[in-house]
Amino acid sequence: MNVALIKPTAAEVASDVFAAARDRLPGKGPVAEARRAAFDDFAKKGLPHRRVEEWKYTDLRVLLREVAALAAPPDAAALKRAEAALATLDVTGAHRLVLVDGVFAPSLSDTTLEAGVTTHRLADILNDAGNATRADLLRTNATADIMVALNAALATDGVVLGVADDAKLTKPLHIVHVATQSAASLATRSFLKLGKGSQATLVESFIAAGGAQTYQTHDAVVLWAGEGAHLDHIRLVEDARDAANISTAIVTLGTGTQYRAFNLTSGAAVSRYQAFVRFGGENAHADVNGVSLLNGRQHADNTLVLDHTVPHCTSNEVFRAVVDEAAHSVFQGRINVHPDAQKTDARMMTRALLLSDEAEADNKPELEIFADDVQCGHGATTGALDDSLLFYLRARGLPEKEAQALLIQAFVGEAMEAIADESLRDVAIATAERWLARRG
Amino acid sequence: MSALLEVRNLQVRVEEREILHGLSLTVNKGEVHAIMGPNGSGKSTLSHVIAGKPGYEVTGGEILFKGEDLLEMSPDERAAKGVFLAFQYPVEIPGVATMTFLRTALNAQRKARGESEYSTPDFLKKVRAVAASLNIPQEMLRRGVNVGFSGGEKKRNEVLQMGLFEPSLCILDEMDSGLDIDALRIAADGVNALRSSERAMVVITHYQRLLNYIVPDFVHVMSKGRVVKSGGKELALELEEKGYAQFEEQAA
Ligand SMILES: Nc1ncnc2c1ncn2[C@@H]1O[C@H](COP(=O)(O)OP(=O)(O)OP(=O)(O)O)[C@@H](O)[C@H]1O
Ligand SMILES: [Mg+2]
Repeated sequence: MNVALIKPTAAEVASDVFAAARDRLPGKGPVAEARRAAFDDFAKKGLPHRRVEEWKYTDLRVLLREVAALAAPPDAAALKRAEAALATLDVTGAHRLVLVDGVFAPSLSDTTLEAGVTTHRLADILNDAGNATRADLLRTNATADIMVALNAALATDGVVLGVADDAKLTKPLHIVHVATQSAASLATRSFLKLGKGSQATLVESFIAAGGAQTYQTHDAVVLWAGEGAHLDHIRLVEDARDAANISTAIVTLGTGTQYRAFNLTSGAAVSRYQAFVRFGGENAHADVNGVSLLNGRQHADNTLVLDHTVPHCTSNEVFRAVVDEAAHSVFQGRINVHPDAQKTDARMMTRALLLSDEAEADNKPELEIFADDVQCGHGATTGALDDSLLFYLRARGLPEKEAQALLIQAFVGEAMEAIADESLRDVAIATAERWLARRG
Repeated sequence: MSALLEVRNLQVRVEEREILHGLSLTVNKGEVHAIMGPNGSGKSTLSHVIAGKPGYEVTGGEILFKGEDLLEMSPDERAAKGVFLAFQYPVEIPGVATMTFLRTALNAQRKARGESEYSTPDFLKKVRAVAASLNIPQEMLRRGVNVGFSGGEKKRNEVLQMGLFEPSLCILDEMDSGLDIDALRIAADGVNALRSSERAMVVITHYQRLLNYIVPDFVHVMSKGRVVKSGGKELALELEEKGYAQFEEQAA
């Protein structure tokens, strides 16, 4: 018998990944136990596949095959390459917090943040034996999602941010994930807790240093907005074209909070952004918007779960996908209105624009309503550009691609309106313009 | 010297059905031609084929514009060369601001002709002047293209574009439909202001009234996909009096 022919299963590969990484993962005692439990959970089920309802359209056994080994901590050369990649970022004027290959890089980060902000490294907290609740950072009861469990098992670092009560930050907090290695996993978990009445903007960017290929990003962020807080949350997924990005946001909104989120996916071969947003207090509002700009063979999945658990909250989701060539967009939006959540107003509108015959879009809006005095609505459309609009523009002198570009910008524009910060909105618009310019 | 527009024996099919059965029309610089004819006689079809709308199959004949084969050009190339169609039914384009649209279109045409693009202040000055002459408020220009415009406002927006792009051939497809009397006069004044020895107009209409404002040099009657009679401006008056019946006999 030829031993080399027996292929290890994905779970066995993951076990090796975990075993190899265990000694370097921060946190002993209860932290190590939490990791072990999370990993066992993952090992039992393995990568999610099409028979797992929530992952029906994004079969990671096909798309990822297996979990790559953790990236080595970055050396001086890696940091140098990361620095070059940072120079290409459009977002300026923010407090920059940089994670290179899954490890916080103080030399590339802003060390002095404005008053009212505290920052720690996740690794430091997990290693702090004096912190009795440190292992809680690797646990969540917001979701039993298996990729969140994998993230807990493997997370090497992250930033843990706090904003004081009533602090109104003047600059965005910008977490930048830079990959410099190939065929490796980056596992990070970050936190942001907004005090009562505070205001902050969180930007997350995912980029690659030149030459980094086929890496896998496994990220999670956990956000809490205290009473009356305003949180703007912008994500820019610009990973390398053959990389994977599996990210989760777990958001808890207090009484009277305002949460405005916008996700823009233009990079990565395979991506999934899943957001679990829970209304924990009344009179809160959430706008959860997203745009995917896809071509080649890209696969991008946006999955949102909104839990209206208390009365008098409102939510609005606007999602737009522009899908060219043989790319595939997935949107799943689930709104749960719990029995107590009277006077909920929840809306969701998702539209996909298919620019080629091979392009594909799956839209799955779901409403699960257990309260009777609510207003909920959702809609989903998929289609091509309107020929009569295209002809009108061309009859006025616009060449085909320019006419298409104008209509595509209008198509995504509505979702981008949720970005309150004008310069960040301009970054999103510029990203879309670059994407359109590359179409020729 | 060759004609500005020369349509020769044009045959056009839409979805396997022939709509134009050998239509000929010659338009020279400086001339204004009116085309009249009953509903469904093919007037809009002719204007669409000249502008390059997809979906029409030209099975015979040719269209020359400034001596060049127009049918070989894309719609945007035709626009850059000076063909302009004021649509019978202008579309609404939500999310595209009118100003952005006008500037992008104007500069695309200029670029295609190898001319320099307009600077923003020059562009704004030009748009404001043309808009003012057509009684189009600035507020309308800030909206999406034609979004929420009344029927008459859409038509005025077409004339605005004509004034801005300064085409050498203007085809106006039922510019008068949906316009009230004052709006009609304003729009017609806008069109008349563009009359010049370098430019020609083809005015498609059902009503003699428009031709009181925009006085044509020639009137053509279309019926069942052909030009069945051509004459001077008095032909329009005759049509108003007697209707199309006499010409439908001839076409059949
Ligand atoms: N896309 C199409 N598919 C099928 N038939 C068409 C199409 N476009 C035009 N036709 C037919 O071609 C004929 C001519 O239509 P056209 O719109 O050119 O007429 P018209 O002279 O402009 O009429 P009106 O005065 O009502 O505007 C009509 O019988 C119409 O039904
Ligand atoms: Mg017509």
